Order: sequence, then C-alpha cells, then structure tokens
Amino acid sequence: MVRELKQSLLISLWFVFLTFPLLVVRVNTIENVVVWRWGNILWVAIGAFVLSYCWRYMLARRKRQTRKAEEGVDTRGPLQAALDNVQLRNRAMAVLLVLAAIFPLVFDTYQTSIMVTALIFVVLGLGLNIGVGLAGLLDLGYVAFFGVGAYTYAILNANFDLGFWMVLPIGGVLGCLFGVLLGFPILRLRGDYLAIVTLGFGMIFKVVMENWKTLSKGPSGIANIDRPGLFGLEMTLEQSTVFIYYIIVALVILTIIVTNRLKNSRVGRAWIALREDEVACVAMGIDMARTKLSAYALGAFWAGMVGVVFAAKTTFINPAGFTFMQSAIILSIVVLGGMGSILGVILGAFILVLLPEYLRAFSEYRMLVFGAAMTLMMIFRPQGLISNLRQIYQYKGSKDKTAHDG
Amino acid sequence: MKKVGAFLATAILALCVLVPGGAMADTIKLGVAGPHSGDLAPYGIPTMRAAQLVVKEVNERGGVLGKQVELLIQDEQCDPNIATNVATRLVTDGAHVVLGHICSGATRAALGIYREAKIPVMSPSATNPPLTQSGEYPNFFRTIASDDMQAKLAVDYAIDKLGVKKVAVLHDRGDYGRGFAEFAKQRLDEKGVEVVMFEGITPGAMDYSSVVQRVRRENADSLIFGGYHPEASKLVTQLERRRVDAVFISDDGVKDDSFLNVAGTAAEGAYMTGPKDLSALPLNQAAVQSFRDAYGAEPGAFFQEGYAATQALLNAIEKAGSTDYDAVVNALRTQYVETPVGNIKFDEKGDAEGVGFSVFKVENGAFVEMQ
Amino acid sequence: MDIEYFLELFFSGLTRGSIYALIALGYTMVYGIIQLINFAHGEIYMIGAFVALIVAGVCTIYGLSGFAILVLAAAIAIIYAAAYGYTLEKIAYRPLRGSPRLSPLISAIGMSIFLQNYVLLAQTPDFLPFPRLIPSFAFMDPVAHIIGSPELVILITTLITMVLLTLLIKKSRVGKAMRATQQDLSMARLVGINVDRVISLTFVIGSVLAAIGGVLVASYIGQVNFYIGFLAGVKAFTAAVLGGIGSIPGAVLGGLIIGWSESFAAGYFSSDYEDVLTFVLLVVILIVRPAGILGKVRKQKV
Repeated sequence: MVRELKQSLLISLWFVFLTFPLLVVRVNTIENVVVWRWGNILWVAIGAFVLSYCWRYMLARRKRQTRKAEEGVDTRGPLQAALDNVQLRNRAMAVLLVLAAIFPLVFDTYQTSIMVTALIFVVLGLGLNIGVGLAGLLDLGYVAFFGVGAYTYAILNANFDLGFWMVLPIGGVLGCLFGVLLGFPILRLRGDYLAIVTLGFGMIFKVVMENWKTLSKGPSGIANIDRPGLFGLEMTLEQSTVFIYYIIVALVILTIIVTNRLKNSRVGRAWIALREDEVACVAMGIDMARTKLSAYALGAFWAGMVGVVFAAKTTFINPAGFTFMQSAIILSIVVLGGMGSILGVILGAFILVLLPEYLRAFSEYRMLVFGAAMTLMMIFRPQGLISNLRQIYQYKGSKDKTAHDG
Repeated sequence: MKKVGAFLATAILALCVLVPGGAMADTIKLGVAGPHSGDLAPYGIPTMRAAQLVVKEVNERGGVLGKQVELLIQDEQCDPNIATNVATRLVTDGAHVVLGHICSGATRAALGIYREAKIPVMSPSATNPPLTQSGEYPNFFRTIASDDMQAKLAVDYAIDKLGVKKVAVLHDRGDYGRGFAEFAKQRLDEKGVEVVMFEGITPGAMDYSSVVQRVRRENADSLIFGGYHPEASKLVTQLERRRVDAVFISDDGVKDDSFLNVAGTAAEGAYMTGPKDLSALPLNQAAVQSFRDAYGAEPGAFFQEGYAATQALLNAIEKAGSTDYDAVVNALRTQYVETPVGNIKFDEKGDAEGVGFSVFKVENGAFVEMQ
Repeated sequence: MDIEYFLELFFSGLTRGSIYALIALGYTMVYGIIQLINFAHGEIYMIGAFVALIVAGVCTIYGLSGFAILVLAAAIAIIYAAAYGYTLEKIAYRPLRGSPRLSPLISAIGMSIFLQNYVLLAQTPDFLPFPRLIPSFAFMDPVAHIIGSPELVILITTLITMVLLTLLIKKSRVGKAMRATQQDLSMARLVGINVDRVISLTFVIGSVLAAIGGVLVASYIGQVNFYIGFLAGVKAFTAAVLGGIGSIPGAVLGGLIIGWSESFAAGYFSSDYEDVLTFVLLVVILIVRPAGILGKVRKQKV
C-alpha cells in the first residue's frame, strides 16, 4: 500500500515536472508578458496521481486475463459470447436491416446525411480491413484510393457528362488499378517499410491533384458534381439524400457480404496466413506476389467505389479533403473496431464519425482524446472492441471442453 | 446483442440532438455557418458574434417585419464535407437566409444545397472569384472584395508606383494563395511585365532558401506571394539573410500582426493588400464598441464584414416585406444599406458595390495605408 | 554551370539535410534496437523547439540576453525532450513489447496525435516568433549569400553532435551494450545487459538529438507552432529508410541525400514537386535495395 502510494506520488511529481513549461508558462512574445497558470499544476498532479492507480490496476487486470487465456479459460465478456451465438446474431442482423431500411423515413434529411457520411466510412474501414486486418499490410495512404474514386467521378462527370451509375464501377476499377500500381514496387518490402511508402503515396496524390490544374482544377477543387440519377427523375435535395442513403446502405451490405465471403475463401485464408507468418506462408507454396497484390487491389476497389459515392454526395471535392489525417482516421476505425472483424469495423466507424458529430461541444478536445484512445486501446485491448472470431480447433481429449471459438 | 445495443445507442444519441423544428413559424430564421472550433475557429467566431450582436439589437427594436429573429448557429470547421451536412441541417431547420460560410471551399460545397432550397447566402470572407463571377450561384452574395480584385490592385500598384520589371510569383499551393498568384500572373501578362518564376512552395517546409536563391538568380526585382503569414515571414526572413533585394508584395492573408512579430525587421518595406481602413466610419466604431462592451476584447478577423452582412440580410427582408426568395434577392440588389463597411448594395453577380481594398506597406513595424 | 549558384544550393541542401539527419538518427537508433517506427519522434522535435521558445521568451522578459539565452534554452529543451522521450517509451511502447508488430506502430501514431493536440491546447494554434539567438558573425559577411552565420552554426553543431554520438556508440560501455542489444536482444539479456535500460537510453539519446535539431531550426527559421513536427518527422523518417533503417551512417547519408535533392530540384527545376521527388527517390532506391542504401539485409531463417 505504502509502496504504491509512494510510487503514485513520484509519478505525479514527474508529470508536474514534465508538463510545467507547456501547461503552466505561457509567453506572449508580442507584448512581452509571461502568464503563469499555476492552477494547472494542481490538476496535473491530481490527474497523474489518480491515473497512475488506474494504470496499475488495468495492467494487473491485463496480466490476469492473459494468464487465464493461456490456461484456456473462456475470457469472453457476455457481449462477445452473445455475438458468437449464431442464432442470436442472425436475429440481430434482421433487426438491424429493418432499422436501416426505415431510418430515413423516421429521421430528417440532416440525420440521414450524417448517416451517409458514417456509412461511407464503414465501407472505407471494411476496405482497409482487407489489407491491414486480414493480410497485415499496413497502409497509411489509403485515402489516396478514396480520392482516386472521387476525382474519377468528378472529372468524368464534368468533362464527359458521364452519370453516377456509369462511373461507379469505373471508380472501383481505377482504385483497383492504383492499388496494383502501388503494390508492385513495394512487394519486396517488409512490413515497416510499407508505412512510409504508403504514407508517401498518399501525399503524392494530394500534391499531384494540387498541381495538375488541367486535370483536377487544382486546389480550388471541382464543384457542381451531379447527384446520382434514377431514370432521369428530377429529385429534390431531400429525395436525393434519401436515395444516396439507400445506395450507400446497399453498398455497405454488398461490401459486408463480399468481404465475409472473401475472408473464408482460398485467397482470404492465404491473406491470413501471410499476416501470421510470411516465410512459412511462402514455404507452403502460396504465391506471395499475387496474394499481396490482390489484397491491395481489393482494398482499393472499395475505396474507389465509395469515393464516387462521396463525390456524388458532397457535389464538391478538393485536394484538402484527402489528407493524412483521413487515412489515420480510417486506420483507427479498423484498429479500434478490432482488426479483421467486420462487425468491429462497423462499430468503429459509427463511433469515430458519429460521436464527434454529436459531441460538437467537446470538439476542441476531440483529437486529444482520439490520440490517447488509440494508444490506450492498443495497450489494454489490442484486439479492438470486437475481437475477430478466430477458429480454434482443439483436440477433444485435451480439455473437458470441446472446440470453441475464442 | 451488441449490434442492437450499438445501434440503439446511436439512435438515442441521434434523438437527443434532434431539434424540434417547424413548429415556430413566427420567427425569421437566420442561419450562421462557419468554423467555430478547430484551428480555423479564429476566422469564424467573430462573424458568429457579429450576428449575435446585430440580432440582439434588432430584436430589442422589435424585430424584422414585426417578427423576432432567431439564430441557427452551426459549426463546420471549414471542412467541405461537414459543410454540406450543416447546409442540409439549416435547410431542414427552415432557415430563411444564411450568413456564411467562412472558407471558400466550404462555401462552394454548401452553395449548391442552398441554391436548390432557394435560400439567399451571404459570406463575410469567402473571396474566391468564381463564387460570384461564374454566375452559377444567383443566391450568393458577399461583403468582401474578391481575390482577383486584390491581385489586380497589387499588380497595378507594383507596376505603376514601384516600377517593377521582372517579377517572381510564388504561392503556397492552397486554394486562396494559388488563386491570388494566378490572377497576379494574368494581370502581369496583360501588362506585358515579365514573370520569371511561377511556382508553389510547400507550406510548413523547413526553409525556402533554395527558392529564394532562384529568385536572386533570375534577377527578379520583386516577389509576389499568394498565401498566409507563416510562409511569408519565412520568405522575407530569407530574402533578408541572403541579401536579395526584391520587393515583397503579398495579399490579405499576410496582413496580420503575426507577420510583423515573426518577421521582425525583415518585414520592413513589404507591401500587401487588405480591406480599406474604415475605422473612421461612425457605424464601424459603433459596431466595434458594441463588441468591446459585450466581450471585453477586440473583435477578430472579418467582424465588420460579418456585421455588415447580417445587417444587409435583415435589411433586405425588411425592405422586401417578406422572406420570399425572389423578393429578398431583389432587395439585396436594389436597396442600399448603411453598414460598418460603408453604404453598400450588391451587383447582379453578388459582389458588394462600395467595398474596397487598399495597398499597405510595413513601416516601422506597422501597416501603413498607401494612397 | 554557375559555380557560385551551385555552391549556394549545395550549402542550403547541406543545412537542411543535416537537420534531417539529426532527427533521422532518432528513428534509426530506436528501430535498430526494437524494430519500432517511433512515429511520435517528430513531436519530440517540436516539443524541444517549443520548450526552447518558452525558456527564451521568459529569459528575454526577465532581462537576460544573447548567447546565454541560447545555451540555457537549448539545455532545458534537451532535458525536457529527453524526459518526454523517456516517458513516451515507458507509457506507450514498453507495455506493448512482444505484441503484434502493428500494435506499437498504431500506439505511436496515437501518441503523435496526442502530443500535437496537447501542445495546441496548452499553448496556441498560432505561429509564435522565436527570438533570433544565433548572432551574425562579421567574418561571414563576404560569403553571406552563399552560407550565412546561422547555417554555419547549424553545420558545426551537427558535426560536433555526430562525432560525439559516434564516440559514445563505438567507445563507451553503454555504446557497447547498445550495439549488443541491436544485434540480438535476447542474447544481450543473457550476458547480463539490462536491456530495458538500454532501450530507455536509446530513446533518451534520440530525443536529445531531435531537440538539438528543433532548437537549431527554430532559431534559424524564427517561428514555431504545434504542427512543425509532422512534416519534419516524415522527411527524417524517409531519410532513415532511404539510408537503411537501423544504420547510423545510413541515416546521415539519407538525410543529406534528401536535403540536397530538395535543394537542387527547387534551384534548377521547380519547387512544385519537391515532396513528390523525395518519395519517388525513396521508392526507386527501395526497389533496387529493399533495405535502403546502407541497410543490411537480414537473412531470415526458417
């Protein structure tokens, strides 16, 4: 007890020291005044003291859980257990579908339009999940594919007057092509090198869009992009928002079905194997180049498609909308939700997109909390909100329990 | 289970923020949209407060057309995507007129939605020329001069008064900076003045010494820069360090006290354009004073423009006798109104007549208006 | 070819490159030991610059002047950067040792976002002017258009720092422990090296280098805000990868190559595609040498 108290006191002192210049002193070099905010010391001290206790408790808890897991004890929470129940899951799915279907009828245009944004990020998350979650290929420039799709529609629409439905597959295919294009040079690179190359790719996309004026109209962006049409019907703003909502819902369902099927397909298993151990995977006779490229291409495909929807929804795009921050948010959707888990990704997207929208009051602290949450999540719940269901097959005689998911 | 729970949670959250709209038809609804949080908030908050001050005063006087004015304030952080959501929200909530948006990009994204809903929009700060000049948005007005006017003024001043012969044009690759630089180049070409360099620099890069050395090598006698003050300070500092004696000419984004403080002595002798100094106007003084009384501080960027825009919008409704779109737009185009930025009305395209820019020069650490 | 112009570009590239190299060393040392990309390293550089600004500001107001401020500001900035680096490792990376490779990386991105916003909220989103602390030497006047006094100070400081670092790693006991840990972490532990301490020390040294870079750049450029770490971090990281991550001479070489390529590209062609060039260069070099210029390809055994 005393030891812990002493430790916490030391930690609290350390943080007071650490935050002193930045939180307490504020220099106004213009008027040459120093503002001393002594009050902040108190908050830091108390905060650090309390948090250090929480920290220790959480670390101890994590340790207990890993030990339990090693002993083969079921560590799933009640929610996770409920999720693993197939019957319950199907029922929940049905309810969810109905809710999704009636959503725009119950809520107004604004709510629907927010929901469209959230669902766009769901598709982006699911797309990135193929690369990061399943194949273990880190991508910090994913937003570039999204941008490729959006610009494809904007440019084709402005110059050749092509409609939404025409461009939707083109956007997907172009995204796919860029995925392969990026994939080729980095096939030989190991995990960590991917981070910087993909980050660079994202930045290159933005710079090219800013500079290549004849193609992209430069930094001022492309406006007046057509909304999706329905057999040439004239639609009001409300109607077309609802229409886009149903389009994106359909796209989300399609993505879920396809990624779910992919996960358990031949190529999906190859991705997972690649993620777990590249060397062993190649030794088993899996074509590494093809597997990696297909992961990039398929991930980029969804981003390209949903990019088209995004351009059609906002009717305006500019290079400033496709920054590293966006890539980081999509990545954290995947990580926060639970890498590899489809349901987790959906939940992650809803939390990260809808929460800031409804919690405008906290928006100043939003990114601070966001950054801290990313780190804490990795430490205390590395598997994400909903951990990926992983098939584990156990030899029947070894434990009294038979095979179970965990 | 968890799925349902998550969805219910979202749904409940959604319900909590649902605004009971539609029921109160007896107010005039003025939407205010702009960045009120994030790093661009300093540009949006003064306009929001200007609207609050004007509306408070108008309501105390009995409102417009006998109805009280109600403000619908929405934050969009200058993000085009959020801006479209906010615009949809304002349309759904039944705004009659909208004050905003602040950034050109966000304004452009949102305007289409307002146009469809037939809502007049007035921005105090979106200076991108095509917003009015393309003729695509008959519902758009602004109380600030557009970028091409600024560029024209800066270039004409440089040629006529400073006698520049060889000009290097740089920009920060942003919407605003590049726009200014391109209009400047266009004007220089028209006037037959040689442009020896035209390129973008990376905002936030460690230094611009290579670019500055290029400026010297090209023997440019002046450097026109489109962008904001952080890059401008770096450029003038390096011009001074490298002993390049090109005249530095820039835009409204540089006319900021931070430029003087960061660049220090290197800023001396730099020229920039900016809104005319109107602090002598009585209405302007009154507006600034009301802000001081209410908040105990100096108003920030675009406060006067925002104040003027709110007055112009409410005045137009009053003169039109209704909130009917055509009547309000017509009133904006025909009726003059006294505002802190002068006695203004709007032309066919939506630009204010009677709002002007001047050239300023940095002398002894202060901006001095040139005649 | 105009030799004077070439020299001008050469020196501005060298100045820029040596700063990149200072920051890149932090990335490469950490990576060499625990194979982690410390994404928050650019933020340590920013914090170093910010703390120096605050100290310098307070000192100016309380009447100190000139060179004394520079030394004091740099010293305190270095101490704080080291403290932040140490704490960062303790909180965000140590609990994740032995977990999947993506986890610490994402934790690092989280910390990078956190630290940026922490400084943004605790101080200000605006650019703050950094006092010009590096004096203008009279003897540099004739060549000031080629290389100015601040550039000279930056180059000399970087050179001294790097010599000291090399000595530390090659000669000292700690350096030996670091090299041993880099070669084989578990083996180092077996022969009695306190691996945790070595890792902490690596973070501290990397942070010190970043802080030196931060103070130099801040007093050279004259302005600081919460976001300067991002771009500098990305460039330095690219430099580290280019030179071969994990290799110390590689980081220096990579930094210089990027500095020169940017400077010559802007000087002889155009600065429009400066960033694109950096990354294209990176991809080309990685295609030819997947482990970077001086990086060792570790044979994987199965």
